[in-house]
Parts: sequence; C-alpha cells; structure tokens
Amino acid sequence: MTDPLIDVRDVAKEYDEGRAALAGLTLRVRAGEALAVRGPSGSGKSTLLNLIAGLDRPSRGSVTVDGLRVDELSESASAKYRRSRIGMVFQFFNLLDDLTVTDNVLLPAQLSGTPRAQAAARAAELLASLGIDRHAGAYPGRLSGGERQRVAVARALMNRPPLLIADEPTGALDTASGMDVCELLRALNADGQTIVLVTHDLALAEACATRTIELVDGVIARDVTAVTR
Amino acid sequence: MSGRVVPRRGALGRVVRAGVGRRRVQTAVITLTTLLSVAASVLAVGLLVASQAPFDRAFAKQHGAHLTVQFDGSAVTAEQLAATAHVSGVDAVAGPFAVSSVRQGTPEGAPPGFEPPPLTVAGRTAPDSPVDEVSLIEGRWAEAPGEIVLEAGARHPDMRTGDGLVAGETELRVVGIAESVGESAEAWVVPAQVAGLAGAESDYQMLYRFTDAAASADIAAGRDGLAAAVPPGAIAGTQSYLDVRQTAQENTAAFIPFVTAFALLGLAMSVLVIGIVVSGAVGAARRRIGILKSLGFTPLQIGRAYVAQALIPASLGAALGAALGNVLAVPLLAEVAEAYGTATVLIPLWVDVTVLAGALAVVAAAAFGPALRAARLRTAEVITMDQAAVGARGRRVRHLLGRLPLPRSVTLGLASPFARPGRSATLASAVAFGALAVTFAVGLGSTLIAMKTDGDPDRAGEVTVRTMPRPGPVPGDTAPAKAADPAAVASAIEARPETESSFLAAKTQVGVPGLTGGTPLVAYEGDSAGSAATMVRGRWFDSPGEAVAATRFLQATGVRVGETVTLAEQGRTVRLRIVGEIFDLGDKGMAVRTGASSVAGLKARFLPAEFSVELKSGTDEARYLGELNAALKPLGAEAAATEGGKSSVVRAMQALIAMLTLMLVAVACLGVLNAVVLDTRDRVRDLGILKALGMTPRQTIAQVLTSVAGTGLAAGAIGVPLGVALHGWVMPEMGRAVGTTIPSADIDVYDVPLLALLALAGVAIAVIGALLPAGWAARTHTARALRAE
Repeated sequence: MTDPLIDVRDVAKEYDEGRAALAGLTLRVRAGEALAVRGPSGSGKSTLLNLIAGLDRPSRGSVTVDGLRVDELSESASAKYRRSRIGMVFQFFNLLDDLTVTDNVLLPAQLSGTPRAQAAARAAELLASLGIDRHAGAYPGRLSGGERQRVAVARALMNRPPLLIADEPTGALDTASGMDVCELLRALNADGQTIVLVTHDLALAEACATRTIELVDGVIARDVTAVTR
Repeated sequence: MSGRVVPRRGALGRVVRAGVGRRRVQTAVITLTTLLSVAASVLAVGLLVASQAPFDRAFAKQHGAHLTVQFDGSAVTAEQLAATAHVSGVDAVAGPFAVSSVRQGTPEGAPPGFEPPPLTVAGRTAPDSPVDEVSLIEGRWAEAPGEIVLEAGARHPDMRTGDGLVAGETELRVVGIAESVGESAEAWVVPAQVAGLAGAESDYQMLYRFTDAAASADIAAGRDGLAAAVPPGAIAGTQSYLDVRQTAQENTAAFIPFVTAFALLGLAMSVLVIGIVVSGAVGAARRRIGILKSLGFTPLQIGRAYVAQALIPASLGAALGAALGNVLAVPLLAEVAEAYGTATVLIPLWVDVTVLAGALAVVAAAAFGPALRAARLRTAEVITMDQAAVGARGRRVRHLLGRLPLPRSVTLGLASPFARPGRSATLASAVAFGALAVTFAVGLGSTLIAMKTDGDPDRAGEVTVRTMPRPGPVPGDTAPAKAADPAAVASAIEARPETESSFLAAKTQVGVPGLTGGTPLVAYEGDSAGSAATMVRGRWFDSPGEAVAATRFLQATGVRVGETVTLAEQGRTVRLRIVGEIFDLGDKGMAVRTGASSVAGLKARFLPAEFSVELKSGTDEARYLGELNAALKPLGAEAAATEGGKSSVVRAMQALIAMLTLMLVAVACLGVLNAVVLDTRDRVRDLGILKALGMTPRQTIAQVLTSVAGTGLAAGAIGVPLGVALHGWVMPEMGRAVGTTIPSADIDVYDVPLLALLALAGVAIAVIGALLPAGWAARTHTARALRAE
C-alpha cells in the first residue's frame, strides 16, 4: 500500500483556555480521496483543517502531508508548504476585493516566483476551464457568490497542489450556486485531485466525498467510505 | 416617559480610561509628541524671557543710557553739549562728564606677558544721575582726587576696596565698587582727576535716553539727531545699550532662533500626529462608537470621550515636557546669572503655565475635529459598516503596479497608500516633518562646525610658533620670564625649506572712543594675506592705515566698511580706514586687525607674538616640528601643530540639536507606527488571506515596509528642501542674535551627495516607524486573521 497523502497521528490540540479541540485523533487520507469532515460546532473540524493546512500546530501528535511533517515546519517553511502543496477554498471566498479576478488567481504563483508568462497561461487555462474567463478583468465584488467561489477554486489550484482543502465552500451560497460548486469539486476529484472538505451539509458530503468522517468532541465518531458516489 | 437613558458621568470616565488603556501605542505617541513640543517651547520662550529679564529689569531701574556718546573735547564745548538735551527724541540726559581711556599698571605677581586692558574712566561727582543711576555695591563714591570707584565687571577678582591701582602714571585708591548695567564706564573718579590720568586733554561723555529706543533704527535716528546738533566730527564714538545687552546675553541668544524653530516644528507635529492618532482611533472604533451610542451615550459624551482620551496622555507629556524644558535651560541660564551677578535665573512659572495650557489647547483642538466626527456618526450605519468602501480605492494603481517586474509582496505594498489617500497624506506629513528636522539639524551641525573653524582667524596655518611658550603640565614648570626675540624666531622659521609662508600676529587692547573698556587689536607682520580670516564684505588690508574688523565691532561703533575708526592709547591716537568686515567670533566679535606699521604710532604694549606658519604641500609635519623646535629652543620659542578651536557653547548647541532632532524623529517614527498599526489592523483579513496562500513572514514584512517606503521617499523629497529653507532662514537669525554675519559659505553646507543622502531620511523614518507593525503583521496568526471579518 502506498503512503497516505495525509497522515494525522494521535493529534491533540488544546487552546490556552484549556479547552481540548482535538483529543488524540488519528486519520489517514490517500491520494485521490475526497474526504468530507462533518460534525457539530466545536467538534474540532476547523482545528483539524488548520493543522493540515499548517495554520496551527498540534499540542501533541504529528501531521504529515505529502511526506512533509507539517507540525515541525517553521513559519516560513509553513508558508512555502501552503504555496506548493495545498490549495485552500473558504466559506466566504477570501478574495482580495481590490484585485481583479486574474490578479487574485495569479497571487499564489506570484508569491512562489513563477515566471510571469507561465503563471498567466496557467491562470487563463484555469479561468477557462472553470467557466469564468469572461470575468478575468472584473473585481470580485461584481461577481455572484458561485462565481466568486469558482475564482477561489481557480486560485487554490494555481500552483497545482496535491491537496485541495475546502472549508464550508457552499456555506455562503444559495442552493443553485452550492450545487454548481459541488459539481466542480466532484469533477476535480474525478480528475484525481485529493480534497478535504469541511461541511455541515450532509447532502454536499454525500454528493462530493468518497469518504466521510464525523467528529464529536475532538475524535472521529464515524468513518464511512462511500461505495458509489 | 420616552427616550434613552443617558449614562452617568462614571460610565463616561470608564469608557475614557478603557480607551486610554486599550490604545497603548496611540497613548504613547500623544505623550511623547506633547512632551517634545512642550519641552522645546518652554526652552525657547523661557530662554527668551529669562535671558532678557535681568538686563531689562536692572537697566530700567538704573534709567540706563540708551546711547552713550563720547565727544571730542577739542571740537565741542560743554555748553553745546548741554544744549543737546533739547534735541528731538531725547527724553533725558546726563553729562557732560570728562572721560578718558587710561592704561592700568601691571599688577604685582601677574604672569609674564600679562597686560591689563585700558580702563574707561569718567569723572562724576555722584552715582545718582537722571540717566545711568549707578548702583554702589561696596564702599563709597569718589570724593577727592586719588580715589577711584571700579565698575563691578571691570575689577580684577582679587581687587577689594582700599587696594591701590595705577592708572596711567597716577596711583589711585579703590574706595568703592559700583555697577552700571549700561556699561557707561569702567571706573569713576572726581571730574578734576580725569585730565591728569591720560596725560592729554580729556573727551566728554554724554548719556542719553530717547523717547523711542526699542530698535537699533531708533538708536541710529537718535544718534543722527545728536550729530546734527553738534559741530561736524565732534562725535568721537557711541555705544548703544542694544549692543551691550547683546554682548551680555550672546550665548543664550544664539540658542533662541533654532530652539524656537524646533519648538514650532514640534508644535506642528503635535497637531498633525495627535490629529492622526485621534482620527485613527475614531476610524478603528466606529463599531465601538456605534455600540456606545446604542447604549445611550450622547454625541456630546462621545466627542468628550475622544478629546479626553487625547488630553490625558497629552497632560502627562506636557507636564514632563515642561520639566524637561526647565532642566535643559539650567546650564544656559546659569550663564545669564553669572553675567548679571544675580542669583540663579530660572524660567518664570508663568512661562511653564502658559506653554502647558497652550499645548493642551492645541491638543484639544487637534482632537476636537475627529471627536466631532465620532459624535456625528449614525448608530446603525457604524454598527454595520464594513471595509469594502475602503478597498475600492486605488484599484487601478494596484492593478498597474502588479504589472511591474517586482516581487508581488513589494507591488502590493507600493499600492497600499492609494487605498487610503487621507491616511497616507498624514503619514507623509509626519515623515516630511521628520526629514525636515533631520535636514535642518544636519545643516545646523555642519554650519556650527564651519563657523567654529572660519570664525577663528587667530588659528591659521598648520603650525603655530609661540615666542612665549606656555607652562607645561608638570608642577613647577613655569613659563620663561621674557618672550623670545621675534626677529630671531622669524629667521629660524624662514630657514626651514618646508616653510611656505609665515606671518606674525601680536595682540593688545586699546581704547576706541565711545566704547567702554579695551578693544582687542591684532597687529600683523609678514604675509598676513594668507591668514585664515573669512571676509563677510570688503577685503583684507594691504596698505598702511587700513584695517579689517569683526561685525559686532562695526555695529557697536556704527562704523561701516570704507569709513575710519580712531584707536587710542594713553592719549596717542591713530585713524584706520576699515576696508573689510571679517567673520570673527573670538574676542566677543570686537577685534580690529591691521598691519603692525599702521598702529606703531600708538606705542602700545603687545602680548608676546605668535607666528602662523603655512607648510609646503607634502611636508611631514611631525618631522618639521621636531627640527624647527630644535632651532627654536635656544631662542626660548616653541612650535606646535595649530589646535582646532574649542567652544563649550557650540558643544552645548550640538548636544541640544541632536537631542531635539532625535525627539522629533522619534515622534515622526511613532506617527508612522501609529498609521501602520491602524492600516495593519484594517487589513488583517487581507494579510490572513495572503498568508494562507503562502506569503512568508519575510514577504509580509517586505509588503508592510514597502507600503510606507514610497510615501517616505516622496515625503523626504518634500521635507528636505523645507529643511534647507528653514536652515537658510534660521542661521542668519542666529548670527544676528549674536551680532555677527555668518558667511554664506558657512550657510551653504548642503552639497548634492548630502542632499541625496538626506532625501533617504524620509525612507529611513518611514521604514523604522513601520518595523514593529511589520513584525506584528508577520507574526499574525493566519487562522485568527481569517476570522477577523
């Protein structure tokens, strides 16, 4: 069996106030999987996501992504890890309002120092494949929620990361736009993109994920692999 | 009953205290800014008031003479002089008194070469007079021939009443010590004694008070009126009380122009920075304001809360600033106290109170605008307000800058100022003030250094040869009893092949009609054209009968370049034509310099001479000195490398300039820090996004620093020329304050490389101010920043 893309071992996370967000969680995710993480508020979903993304460090245990010990990275190395190994999609899009769609999408490549022509070609390719190339010169404020989330996905995929993390990607969208994003994630996963998806939405999890875990009080209460999707 | 419940005073106090405690950066900025401006203002106003007050008080009490005039005794009669009391503009008059300049005998035990200066002796029957009511400090007034009363400033420290004194050839007994604030004379005897002292016919002294005497133009008008009332050439010399006052307070007066400039800069920065801080506090707390208003706080209470939040730290800063201003003034005012022989002179309390109240009023006014804005914000609007409107500004610039071949973190930073042009403009103003202060300070320092060198014509050439060597530092090492023969020393110097040129200068003090006491006279022999004197106007003397003089001498005597001046010694006189005004800060700016042959007729006794030697290019100075000293030792002379001038006043000025500049720059940096903190807080979500996308801490720091670097460069480009202009305005004022004209070469100290370097001061201030918030931004927790919506 090949090494998992994500290997979370016995991870605990306690905040300063003593509250335990994760309590000895172990999780392995293989490349090509689409994992949905579900659970009630305060169950540790966002904490798990932050640990995988290198935005936070565990109090105990280890987090390895694509062979890299994320929990041991320095601030600088952690930033470089996020640039090259993961793409992130947020509930509220987190686009920079004063940059055009293209400029937003280009950011990860520009921060990595990718040659301009190469980055521009990749951005154009992504915008076209996601159907938002007509908005290339527009500012995010003029787009619909679904279109903004597509821009966010394009930006997340800019540096061809092995892992795409999506935090409630349909949480701020209407039903139609939510379905649209769901289709997009499914298509990406079908093309081999590994996805970790945090969601409250059972329908989204069932539609997009190949596997669903449910967290309760910082541990995995259920781990279900879909037979078919 | 309807309407909201208005919170009580206690609730408002808690809101204010919470605001002050929560916004520590802003509180520190307001405290330090006020501290600086109040310290500089107290120092400037305090020096101005405290340095002039003792003279003005004593002068008014004695009805001091606005103009002391010496008339040629052979050209005018006592009756003609008495009639000048009726000249238009003359308010009161005293005299005529017989007056003469006499040489004192060398006291016993005086060091070799010591020559007491001439003494201006007036004949008066009593100290009381309608003008110049002399105060008797010790003993009694002279009642008979053989008795003399000395002016307090003219007596030798060891001299007491009852001691003997030789004036000319006459032996006198000191019977009293008196003080004339206007320095009408240095000694008084009974009128019948004067003629016998000088061995020649005495002149007349008249003391005048004018109706208008506040400005030098008033004094000049009075003098012209008197000159028209007496026969032509009857006025031998005059002395204005303005010159006496200027000489008495020259050291403190020199500080006032530049300290005032720093005080005004500090005050302007206070208004600006406090405006930025309070505006920022209002901008950052819109939501809080909305909540407070929804709880029932009235607009007036909100406005008062923000003014109070500025006034609390400002009061602390103002109190500390007033204390600092007083402490800084102590060493300077000690000189004033010494000059007037008074007890310690302190800055009057009313100055502290006025400056403090004024500064707090300025702070309140600066805070009032933003506070009013806070009070007028609509509750519902501010609670729901977001940052989208801000982000919409500067998009085009950001887009264009993104096309530049620069790292993205840099182009994002460069575009930041365009998103908030108002805040960027205030930040630029703070930096511009800082760059202005640095430019001004560098110019002041450079000019002071240049002045120290150029204002000392006695230090010329690489080597100085003394015909009377100074005693060494070894105890018991004494100077020789007599000076070496100048001719033999000159031969020894000329014999050295490395000698390029040399000249000899000897000093003494002689009388100048109208001026009280001795006037320094420097007589040159040899190639003195190569002396280091810096000409203000005219030229160096090159013919017998020509002389050059320092600015203050020309002011004090009213003589202009091209006119003649009379020098007197024991009844002998010579007339010299002034052909040049030189920049000379030594000898209180009163020296006259001429060729030795021009003043040979005075038969004055000179101090042992010094040779100034210019060496040929490439000469090994140490070797030259060794070989020359071997030749000079048998002659009793000594050569040494020419020493640079030392001035405790200049050192004190430089220290004060450095301190005030550092404080202004610190305030500018704090202004930047405050603006960047606010900006970082506003942009925390954007920072979180960028960090989530992989922006490294170093890239974050680069983004924050470049967000102010461009503004800093632009602000520097504005601040530097303003600093140059301020320097160009203050330096001549400093010169005027001490009665001299600073040569333009010493004012034009900014060359192109220096200006280029100074232009970077704006960038440096901006970057230093932004360093801390850049570090905070780099350390911002990404996940927390992303939640900061």
